[in-house]
Amino acid sequence: MLGLHLYELPLFFALQGVALYAILAGADFGAGIWQLLAGRGERAKRIRDHAHHSMAPVWEANHVWLIFVLVIVWTGYPIAFASMASTLAVALTAAGIGIVLRGVAYALRSASAGAAEVRAIDTLTAAGSVIAPFALAGAAGAIASQRVPVGNAAGDLWSSWLNPTSIMAGVLALLSSAYLAAVYLAADARREGDDEMAAIFRVRALVAGSVAGAAAIAGAVVVRSDARWIFDRLVEPPALLSVALSLLAGAATLVLVYRRRLDAARISAAIAVAAVVGGWALAQNPVLLPGLTVRQAAAPDNVLALLVVVILLGGLILFPSLGLLFRLVLRGSFSAQPRAERPAPPASSTGGVASTLTATRLAGACFAIGAALLLLGDSAWPRAAGVAALGAFIVLGLSALAGEDSRE
Amino acid sequence: MQSLSAMFGPVQQAYLLEARQMQALSFAVHIPLVCFGIAFPAMVLRAEWLWMRTGDEIYRLLAMRWTKVMVALFACGVVTGTILSFEMGLLWPGFMGTFGAVFGLGFALEGFSFFVEAIFIGIYVYGWNRMAARAHFVSGIPIVVAGLTGSLFVLSVNSWMNDPRGFAVRNGRITDVEPFSALFRNGHLGYEIVHMYLAGFIVTGFLVAAAYAVGRLRGRWGRYERIALTIPLTVAALAAPVQVLVGDWAAREVAKTQPTKLAALEGVAHTQRGAPLHLLGWYRDGEVKAGIPVPKGLSLLAFHDPDAEVQGLDGVPAADRPPVNVVRIAFQLMVSIGTFLAVLSIWYLFARTRRKRVPSGHWFYRLLVLAGPASVLALISGWVTTEVGRQPWVVYQVMRTTEAVTAAQGIPVGYATLAAFYACLIGAVAWILRRLARAPMATVAEPEHALGDS
Repeated sequence: MLGLHLYELPLFFALQGVALYAILAGADFGAGIWQLLAGRGERAKRIRDHAHHSMAPVWEANHVWLIFVLVIVWTGYPIAFASMASTLAVALTAAGIGIVLRGVAYALRSASAGAAEVRAIDTLTAAGSVIAPFALAGAAGAIASQRVPVGNAAGDLWSSWLNPTSIMAGVLALLSSAYLAAVYLAADARREGDDEMAAIFRVRALVAGSVAGAAAIAGAVVVRSDARWIFDRLVEPPALLSVALSLLAGAATLVLVYRRRLDAARISAAIAVAAVVGGWALAQNPVLLPGLTVRQAAAPDNVLALLVVVILLGGLILFPSLGLLFRLVLRGSFSAQPRAERPAPPASSTGGVASTLTATRLAGACFAIGAALLLLGDSAWPRAAGVAALGAFIVLGLSALAGEDSRE
Repeated sequence: MQSLSAMFGPVQQAYLLEARQMQALSFAVHIPLVCFGIAFPAMVLRAEWLWMRTGDEIYRLLAMRWTKVMVALFACGVVTGTILSFEMGLLWPGFMGTFGAVFGLGFALEGFSFFVEAIFIGIYVYGWNRMAARAHFVSGIPIVVAGLTGSLFVLSVNSWMNDPRGFAVRNGRITDVEPFSALFRNGHLGYEIVHMYLAGFIVTGFLVAAAYAVGRLRGRWGRYERIALTIPLTVAALAAPVQVLVGDWAAREVAKTQPTKLAALEGVAHTQRGAPLHLLGWYRDGEVKAGIPVPKGLSLLAFHDPDAEVQGLDGVPAADRPPVNVVRIAFQLMVSIGTFLAVLSIWYLFARTRRKRVPSGHWFYRLLVLAGPASVLALISGWVTTEVGRQPWVVYQVMRTTEAVTAAQGIPVGYATLAAFYACLIGAVAWILRRLARAPMATVAEPEHALGDS
């Protein structure tokens, strides 16, 4: 597939997961950053609410990409995963706390009422939107700058992810998340016909994009002096092509946002982020960690093959589902005014007393049969039959008790 | 089987116990949320289905109010689950690095279940009153299915840790890895998934019913409340007696494959025939003090034969035994609460089938209020029983937790930080639930109160 070896395939999928996480969760964290920076007052409240409503239907799915990446790496490249997670323990703990704060923000918002309350929630939890992308990008910077050796917590817990390259990566992640979020929120606002929010986030996108571009150039100087190995590989083909693509896409996004072509800007902004991940991967290849190549880190071939099959089959379920979710969101189905849907006319009444009695008796019989099979059985088949009978007991019991309490 | 020398070599970790407690804390916070992930969507759909079938608005109101609870708890479940997956590597790199290839696939499969759950939760929650009724109902079904498959895949890993197979150890290295037979052909998966899936409905059912039982004791008792109590309570009451039977299956499987765990959970010091069962009491110096003995009870329960031989803790060296009192007390808690829930369930089922109504006495509702938190305690006790009972092994009789743990410093700091954050999280959840319970009853006439507009 794509001229890749089997031992590279799971990593190839994992990197796509990293890119999608950086784009989708990045936009979510970015929305949190804009909520933090919104200030006070009525306009600030509208900014925070728009950022919330825009992300709320999709944030959970967006965050699952991180789990996707973790499980592929720990199944396909267990030694590398164990080395990374143990050395980057502090960074990952910080990121975890950030993610908890972000999730709690959504949970709290679902129950909050007053404007002051919502503002307090947004401010308290917005720290999560800063900590998580900074720590995760710092962890990526640790791997890129070869600060994660192979072994059980063999690297430094702090300097591995708090060093010039990691800090630069963290800052850049914050800026690009804010940029992405502003582009997406502007596009969402325009789709909803909210010109005020579209204008507000358009300006924010232009500012954040320019700052992110400047930071990327400054960052190159930092990486050159701090992590010469990865820098040299980033500025030669093939990685250079990807890096150049990222810069071009980032600049193109600015132009598109300026010209108010927000839907096209959505795509070019995503390309800019994905190309950074691609460039990093191409620059590191084939080295996963110092002294450990992708091939050396890979699990046995049969495990890798199964993993690829699981990913491909899972993708058959995942992508149509994601497509449905994003289509509903982008079509504006979830921001439309709720309507009072009438259900179909009630079906004819259920069987009444006689069938309830039958269901009760049948349920009792199933329980007796299931209990006997489970208590006396000592092997797989009687037990499976027993579980099936007990399952039937529960289903029949539910149908026997479906009617309402007859009092009143 | 010889103990495996961990791939990274043995480490010096002064805080192994704290690492285990940190992991246990994370599970204890996450697992009740998992129960809601498993069972609550089905209850919400039940209410919505009743609305579709009868056209009675009261069911829609109930389903919409429950949806708000569901989305808040699911958000907390997502983030606490993410923490757990981080901790696998943060705390147990020796385990992950050595066995990731053997069991990781279970989590990869779970990852897709999680995706499906998260995607359709988004569609279901924000699709309320914005999609056609039938399409909206159908969008909730994948959540229920993914709840089942997700638990199945996670438990495939846990059951493998208790009954490891599907690999060989040669010269301290893992070879001949067969992930599918490791995950799906071990002897524990069957009872673990049935036990946990039922627990999901029991915990969710009793907790939700307990909330309305509190309301009834305070005089809030109309048709809405009665429906809201009977939907969760009916399914929990049907599941609780079944759980007793599944518990018997679990105990017999443990007796067969993990005799030391059985010995710990009953406090059996010496291998013996016709072993007695002790209720209550405390294990010390090789015997249960102040317990109520049931002669031959353990042999009868664990092997269905009063004279069966039960292996004692002395069957293995002292270093290979779990801490007896923790495991034994957790087990007794689980069993006694489980029995209490089953009795309460039979009371309820009897009233519903014979008297055609929900029980009327105050005592039933007082006990029901108790049953909610008690079911969570039973759930956590059950996990303590199986996980602490597996000690000192992370992979039963193959890898010790001492070989799995991280070499990193500062575990107590991480533990304290997490504990503080989780205390806040629990406080936040309590605040959310109170808030949602007190929210005014929105009616269809007020669409601006619909979901997603909060």
